[in-house]
Amino acid sequence: MTGSLAARQKRKVRLSYLALVPFLVFFLFPLYWMLITSFKTDHEITSLKGIPLLIQSAPTLAHYKMILFKTEFVTWFWNSLLIAVVVTVLTMAIAILAAYAISRLTFLGSRYFGVGVFCTYLVPPALLFIPFYKVVGILGLLNTKWCLLFLYPTLTVPFCTWILIGYFAAIPRALDEAAFVDGATYIQMLTKVFLPVASPGLIAATMFAFTVSWAQFLYPLAYIYKTSEMMLTNGIYTTLIRGDVYFWGELMGGALLASVPVVILFAFLMDYYVAGLTRGTIR
Amino acid sequence: MITIASLVNGRPSRGFLSRLRSRRYAAYWMVLPLFALIVGLIVYPFVYSIYLSLENKAETKFVGLKNYAMLLRHGTFWLVVGNSFRFTLIAVFFKATLGLILAMILNNLPFRGQRIWRGVSLIPWVMPLALSSMGWWWVFEPTHSAINWLLVQFGGAAKPWLSDPFWARVSTIVTNIWYGTPFFMIMYLAGLKSIPQSLYEAAQIDGAKALQRFRYVTLPMLSKLIAITVMFSTIVTFANFDIVRVLTRGGPRYTTHLFGTYAFNVGIEAGHLPRGSAVALFMFPILGLAAFFILRNIARGEE
Repeated sequence: MTGSLAARQKRKVRLSYLALVPFLVFFLFPLYWMLITSFKTDHEITSLKGIPLLIQSAPTLAHYKMILFKTEFVTWFWNSLLIAVVVTVLTMAIAILAAYAISRLTFLGSRYFGVGVFCTYLVPPALLFIPFYKVVGILGLLNTKWCLLFLYPTLTVPFCTWILIGYFAAIPRALDEAAFVDGATYIQMLTKVFLPVASPGLIAATMFAFTVSWAQFLYPLAYIYKTSEMMLTNGIYTTLIRGDVYFWGELMGGALLASVPVVILFAFLMDYYVAGLTRGTIR
Repeated sequence: MITIASLVNGRPSRGFLSRLRSRRYAAYWMVLPLFALIVGLIVYPFVYSIYLSLENKAETKFVGLKNYAMLLRHGTFWLVVGNSFRFTLIAVFFKATLGLILAMILNNLPFRGQRIWRGVSLIPWVMPLALSSMGWWWVFEPTHSAINWLLVQFGGAAKPWLSDPFWARVSTIVTNIWYGTPFFMIMYLAGLKSIPQSLYEAAQIDGAKALQRFRYVTLPMLSKLIAITVMFSTIVTFANFDIVRVLTRGGPRYTTHLFGTYAFNVGIEAGHLPRGSAVALFMFPILGLAAFFILRNIARGEE
């Protein structure tokens, strides 16, 4: 451990990059494997010759063509998008109002309400999907995508409210007092003061609601069996796996394509999401 | 942490607000949708599932605790209990450890590199789990997949990944570690950044070696965050469904089933909704306990 401070610092950075390599290999290997599989011919996928880690014969777009034109992938994509967008809008409307009331307006039980919200976030889908099966059936929504419109908010609203309470509570009270003195109503105060100031929190909550809706698997799998009503997750899973015949190329290509929207979302807005997630627990 | 703490033991300041009593009515209207959602779609289904679990398969007769008793007498159920605990404990341990190592590595990188590699490391967590599990499924395919090919190249033997109970468990746990490590990393990285640099400098002046600085500065400063993150992850891992459903469907012979996948198997696939309910409800005390510890930790941290 000799040498100048700068040299030691440099060595530390180099060692850190070196230590990062195994993690990156672990994280990226399955994705690489999916990607190359989706461009291999069926013959090459099932061939036992050569190096499976490389595409050896000419790459093909056949799997992607099949996904896009011979399956209902595009329908599932629009279903997923529609449900995720509507759920996100609903979620944000409910969460913004509730978080505003809980963080600023005193009312009977407001102290316990926040704890209640947090607890409901911890109720996983694996606990509720059976009673929901009955509820969805009674409402006549079995086998339609619409049942997800009221199921997904149970997963998104509690956490989004929780994130937003944090952001709203951090807004200085002087700001709403000033607005109030100027004659603003509660709703004006919300739209003119709270929402603009807490916009990073709004972005984080919106991303959360969208990605959770996009990724949900259990509910669509349990309640939707009609192909034209499926989401991407259960659509790819149930139709591309038929008995003993696996369409590996299509399966991998479809899984990657279906992940693209959320990965793009994160590529641009990751910082907001990370801040929203961690600001609650750090400090 | 402001959010939860202000809910648990904070009290909104008086004065300005108490002058505005009418506001209270506005507040009721504003929380009404949330309240309706929680009561109608979380509390009610939960209570209903308790009721449902007390009925017979055709849901025509009240059978008391028979479904629970049947489960407790059934070897398969105990297999599921064991699997769930093993899966959760092992996966959370590795996620928490690897997440910490990764966070410390990333924390050493200069700003630009750190941003890029943090983003890349988050991909497993960002990708929809059901879809990435399909990728892992193909990774673990025994004859055509790369992992066995690699094993053989390096002089090992090909493993029957998903058809042997031991290796099937390893596969599901590895997939879960892959998915969850980035979450721990992101929490820890934020925690590491909140540790004042002066503490490390002081430790260094006192002659503390790197390992000692980790042991006496980093770990104590992160302990609360580690506890919360671990509990949080325990809940999510324990209730996991996607990985086992996609990789093994609980097989071979129920050896990888978790509470969630087994409840799906019994309730939806075998059509015994009441017993499926009973399976899922067994999760509740465990989840409740973890939630209790999280809340206590958060509340205490504020005092």
